[in-house]
Amino acid sequence: MPAYKAPLRDFDFVLNELIKVQDIIPALPGYEEATQDIFTSYLEAAAQFCESELAPLNRQADEEGCQFDPSTKAVTTPPGFKEAYKQYCELGFPALDCDPTYGGQGMPKSLAFPVMEMQCSSNVAWSMYPGLSHGAYAAIHAHGTPEQKATYLPRLVDGSWTGTMCLTEPHCGTDLGLLKTRAEPNGDGSYSITGTKIFISAGEHDMSDNIIHLVLARLPDAPKDVKGISLFIVPKYHADGSRNPVACGSLEHKMGIKANATAVINLDGAKGYLIGEANKGLSCMFTMMNAARLGCGMQGLGIGEASFQGALAYARERLQMRALTGAKCPDKAADPIIVHPDVRRMLLTQKAYTEAGRALTALLALQLDIEDKHPDAAARQDAADLVALLTPVAKAFMTDNGYEAANMGMQVFGGHGFIREWGMEQLVRDCRISQIYEGTNGIQAIDLLGRKVLLDQGQKLRKFTKQIHQFCQANEGNDKLAEYIAPLARLMKDVGEVTMGIGMASLQNKDEAGAAATDYLRLIGHLSYAWLWARMAEVAHASLGQGDDAFYQAKIATGRFYMAKLFPEVHTLLARIKGGAAPLMALDEEHFAF
Amino acid sequence: MKVLVAVKRVVDYNVKVRVKADGSDVDVANVKMSMNPFDEIAVEEAVRLKEAGKATEIVVVSMGVKQCEETLRTALAMGADRAILVETDTELQPLAVAKLLKAVADKEQPQLLIVGKQAIDDDANQTGQMAAALLGWAQGTFASKVDVAAETVDVTREIDGGLETVKLRLPAVVTADLRLNEPRFIKLPNIMAAKKKPLEKTSPADLGVDVTPRLKTLKVAEPAKRSAGIKVANAAELVAKLKNDAKVL
Ligand SMILES: Cc1cc2nc3c(=O)[nH]c(=O)nc-3n(C[C@H](O)[C@H](O)[C@H](O)COP(=O)(O)OP(=O)(O)OC[C@H]3O[C@@H](n4cnc5c(N)ncnc54)[C@H](O)[C@@H]3O)c2cc1C
Ligand SMILES: Cc1cc2nc3c(=O)[nH]c(=O)nc-3n(C[C@H](O)[C@H](O)[C@H](O)COP(=O)(O)OP(=O)(O)OC[C@H]3O[C@@H](n4cnc5c(N)ncnc54)[C@H](O)[C@@H]3O)c2cc1C
Repeated sequence: MPAYKAPLRDFDFVLNELIKVQDIIPALPGYEEATQDIFTSYLEAAAQFCESELAPLNRQADEEGCQFDPSTKAVTTPPGFKEAYKQYCELGFPALDCDPTYGGQGMPKSLAFPVMEMQCSSNVAWSMYPGLSHGAYAAIHAHGTPEQKATYLPRLVDGSWTGTMCLTEPHCGTDLGLLKTRAEPNGDGSYSITGTKIFISAGEHDMSDNIIHLVLARLPDAPKDVKGISLFIVPKYHADGSRNPVACGSLEHKMGIKANATAVINLDGAKGYLIGEANKGLSCMFTMMNAARLGCGMQGLGIGEASFQGALAYARERLQMRALTGAKCPDKAADPIIVHPDVRRMLLTQKAYTEAGRALTALLALQLDIEDKHPDAAARQDAADLVALLTPVAKAFMTDNGYEAANMGMQVFGGHGFIREWGMEQLVRDCRISQIYEGTNGIQAIDLLGRKVLLDQGQKLRKFTKQIHQFCQANEGNDKLAEYIAPLARLMKDVGEVTMGIGMASLQNKDEAGAAATDYLRLIGHLSYAWLWARMAEVAHASLGQGDDAFYQAKIATGRFYMAKLFPEVHTLLARIKGGAAPLMALDEEHFAF
Repeated sequence: MKVLVAVKRVVDYNVKVRVKADGSDVDVANVKMSMNPFDEIAVEEAVRLKEAGKATEIVVVSMGVKQCEETLRTALAMGADRAILVETDTELQPLAVAKLLKAVADKEQPQLLIVGKQAIDDDANQTGQMAAALLGWAQGTFASKVDVAAETVDVTREIDGGLETVKLRLPAVVTADLRLNEPRFIKLPNIMAAKKKPLEKTSPADLGVDVTPRLKTLKVAEPAKRSAGIKVANAAELVAKLKNDAKVL
C-alpha cells in the first residue's frame, strides 16, 4: 500500500471548475468568508493531517482492533488513535462546519465533505469517532433546548466530548418501530432509561472526556410503532462527574472497521434528557439523516480512492507478461501490468466511479448548504428536493461502487491483494459495512423509488431530469459531447417509461416497486453519473490549451471509458426492471431449499 | 526583539518537475506551489522564539510574483504577525534577494534575520550569506539549534565533521537546516485569522534596489537517465573495469 496522497487537484477541479461553489457559497449569509483561498488552505491543511497522521495508523490499527476490559467496561482504541484525535481537536477540525455561536468555524458542508473524504481514504475506522460526534452535534443543534445546547455543543465542537447515535436493538435495525428501550419520567424533568442497544459505533472508547449518547426510547404511554419513539440525551458522565449507568457490555468481532468500537450499550436506569418533542424522536433523528447518509456514501468514495491509488502504483511497478501488442519495456523481464487491457479495465473502473462520486458529493453538499442558508425559499426547496432524491442514490450507489472498486484494487494486486500486509484486502473489508449501516442499500432503494419518486408522482425526479434535459438541449449538435448526449437523452426516456411502468404495476401489486427498487436505484445512479461525466467532459474540452492538458485529456478519456464500459449496465438494469415481481415471488417460501 | 523571516514560493516538493520543451527553464505552469520547506523551518523557529517570550514580533517577507501572498498567508497562519510582499515579475537571483532583504532589514531593524539554508528549486544556498555580508551582520548558517540571549545568539551548525556552535553578536543572520525543528500543522482557525493580519506590498523600485538578473541561464536539461548497472564477479574484475572502462583509477 503506497502512502495516501489527497486528490487536491481533483477537489479543485470539482469544486471550482465543475460545481463552481464559489459562485454560490460566499453569497450565502453566514458563508461570506468561505472564499476560494480559504477552501484551498483548509483542504491543504486537512490533506497534510490525513496523509501524515491518519493514514500511517490504518494498517496496524486493523490488526490490533479495539480492546474491551470486562472488569472496568473500558475500551482501549489502537495505538496512536487517541493522540491523533487530540491533535485533530487542537487543530480545530471538529469545529470546521459547526455553528460559531458554540465555538465552530462556520464553514459550509461543501468544504467539510472533501475533508471527510480524505479521512475516509486514510483511515475510515478512525474517521467514525469524530463522524458520529458530528451527528450528535447536529441533532442537539437542531432540536436541543437553549440549555442543552449550551451544555453539550461547546464540548462536542471542541472535541473534548464525543457522541453516538443509539438506534439499533438486538431485534430491530431497519424496523425501528419495534424498539423496546423504555424511558420513565423521574418527576424532575429527567428520565430513567432502560434497555439494550447494539452495534453502537464509537459507543465506548478512550479518546474523549465524556461520551454523549443520543438514544431512541419509548415513553410509558407512547403509541406503538414509529409514532411512539422519543429521543434522549444520555451522557456517560453527569455534570458532577459521577458515572451514569450507560455502559459497554461487549464489543463486536467484525469483518472490517475493526479499529472502530462497535459496542453493545446497556442502559440500566440511566439518566437521560428528552430532546425535541415527545414521540417525535425518529423525525428528530432523521433531520440529519441526509448528511449522515451522504457521509456514509463518502466512505465508499474515500475507500475507492485509496484502493485506486494503491492499485495504480502497483500496476506501474509489477512486471508480469508482455503486452499483447508486443513488449513495451524490452529492457525489463516483463512489462508492467498496467499495459494489459484487463488491468486497465479495473483501474479505470475505480477511477471513473471515484471521480463521478466526488462530483456527485460536491453537488449534493452544495445543495445542503443552499437548503440551509439560501435567503430564497424556492431555492431552498429546490435544493432540498434534489438532496432528498439523490441522497439514497449517493449512499447506495457510491458504497456499492466503492466496494467494487476496492475489490478490483485487490484483484490488481494478484495474490498479494489477498495478503494482509499490503492493505488492499483491508479496504475491501472496511468498505463492506457502508452498504449495510445508515439504512441498508436495499432500504435506500425502497426509499428512492417508494418515497422519493412514486409518492410525489415523480415531481422531484422531474425537477432533476429537467436539469439534464436542459443540459442536453444546450449541447445538441456539440460534436465533442455527442457520445454523452444521445445516450443520456435515451436513458431519460427509458427512465420516464419504467418509472411510469412501475408506478402503474404497483397500483395492482405493491411488490412490483419492491422488486424493481435496487435496479432502479442503480439506473438513477448511472443517469446522475453520465450527466456529471458529460459536464466534466464539457469543462475539460473548454479548458484544453490552457497549460494543463494532460489533466483534462485524462478527464475526457475517463468519461469516454465510463460511457463505453460502465454506463451500458443500464440495458441490463432496464431489462431486469421489466422482468417485474413475478419471478421473485413465484417460488413458494417452503421450496427455497430441500 | 523583532525577528524578520524570509519565505520563498517554490514548486511543491511532491511535484515531479518537467523541463520546458525549449530547454529554457522548468515548467511551473499549473504546478502546485508551496512554501520552501527550509523557510517553513525558519518561520517555525521564529514562532517558537515568540512563544518562549524571546521574540516580540515576527515579520515575514517574500519577494516575487503576486501569488507569493499565499505563501505569506501560510506563514501568518503559522504565527507570524505581519507580512511584507516585495512584488515583482522579474526572475530573482540570490544577490537581488539579498539586496532586497538588506533594504527591508534597514527599514524594519530586526535583531534576527532567519532564512532557509537554501530553496529546493534552485538549491543555491547563497541568499543568507550574501544578506549577512551586505548588512555587515554576523551569520550562523545551517543551524540545527538556535539559542537567543540578550545580546548574542548561539547557533549550532551542521558541518561536515559534525556540529559546531558559534556565538554571534546580534543583530545576526541565521540560516535554517533540516533538523532545527519540525514545523507545526496549521490550526484551522488561524487560516482565517491570517487573512486579517496586515500584509504590506512594496516593490524593488520602492526599496531602491536594482534586481536585474546578472546570471544568464543557458540551458536547462533533465539529468541523464541512469543506465543499468553491471555485476562483477570479484574485486579483480572491479578494479579492471574501473581502470579500463571507467578510467577512474
Ligand atoms: C459495524 C456496525 C456499526 C453500526 N453502527 C450503528 C450505530 O452507530 N448506531 C446504530 O443505531 N446502529 C448501528 N448499526 C446498525 C445498522 O444500522 C443496522 O445493522 C442496519 O440498520 C440494518 O439493521 P439490522 O442489522 O437489524 O438488519 P435487518 O433490519 O434485520 O435487515 C436484514 C436484511 O433484510 C432487509 N430488509 C429489512 N427490512 C426490509 C424491507 N422492508 N424491505 C426490504 N428489505 C428489508 C435488509 O435490507 C437486510 O438486507 C451498525 C451496524 C454495524 C454492523
Ligand atoms: C492464499 C494463496 C494461496 C496460494 N496457493 C498457491 C499454491 O499452492 N501454489 C502456487 O504455486 N501458488 C499459489 N498461490 C499463488 C497464486 O496462484 C498467484 O498469486 C496467482 O497466480 C496470481 O499471481 P500473482 O500473485 O503473481 O499476481 P500477478 O501475476 O502479479 O497479477 C497481478 C494482476 O495482473 C493481472 N495480470 C497479470 N498478467 C496479465 C496479463 N498478461 N493480462 C492481463 N492481466 C494480467 C492479474 O490478473 C492480476 O490481476 C497462492 C496465492 C494465495 C494468495
